[in-house]
Amino acid sequence: MSALRLDMLRFANLQLRDVQLAEDVVQEALVAAVAGQREFEGRSALKTWVFGILRNKIVDAIRLRSRSINVSSLSDDEAGLDEAFENLFKPNAHWQPGARPRDWGDPEASMHQDQFWKVFDACINHLPPNTARVFMMREFLEFDTDEVCAELRISNSNCHVILHRARNALRRCLEKSWFAGERSC
Amino acid sequence: MLSCKETTEKLSEAQDRNLSLAEKLQLKLHLAMCSGCRNFGKQLDFLRAACQRYADKSGQVDKRKE
Repeated sequence: MSALRLDMLRFANLQLRDVQLAEDVVQEALVAAVAGQREFEGRSALKTWVFGILRNKIVDAIRLRSRSINVSSLSDDEAGLDEAFENLFKPNAHWQPGARPRDWGDPEASMHQDQFWKVFDACINHLPPNTARVFMMREFLEFDTDEVCAELRISNSNCHVILHRARNALRRCLEKSWFAGERSC
Repeated sequence: MLSCKETTEKLSEAQDRNLSLAEKLQLKLHLAMCSGCRNFGKQLDFLRAACQRYADKSGQVDKRKE
């Protein structure tokens, strides 16, 4: 049980970036799981089922908090990412020779390595909080982009800008911290 | 003709919405001659797969911790 709780905390904290809130959400999910255990009936692995509940609680927490924060506000970190992105290109908007995205070969093979997931975790944690929030709702909680925009009350085009920013930052982080070290090309 | 910068934006949007036929054609044309943007597209596909695996992994019995 305590290993499960730790996994839940890690998952919740990654998305909420707030230890206290993550604790609360995990607690709520565990209480709801105990209360609803008759529905469980072993249809899925216990952990999968509990995480399903946890995801809903995380979404609720994000919804509540999105009323008080402005996800579309641009922090220095986000401005820095945009500047770094612009610097990948020549004035004619084509890649600078050194910035051209590389061939990662067979990246799926990395998914079998524990070390890769540590790097992945670190890269996600490096994203500025608001950028991470939008990206994780889209990719981890698997919302449609329309739903993400509606929940966080940002325009569709802003949503695309934020997701593009997150993806570019992540792929650059992985390229630098993982794929560049793996091969020498 | 799309620039590389525009192409990265379209490739990211393609992860989130259905592109129009015209947009798909523009993309295809650019990708046919630009290995950097082809790699960018493959990297985004990998990111999505990794995120799904990461989220699923969190929801499954984690053997490393046992």
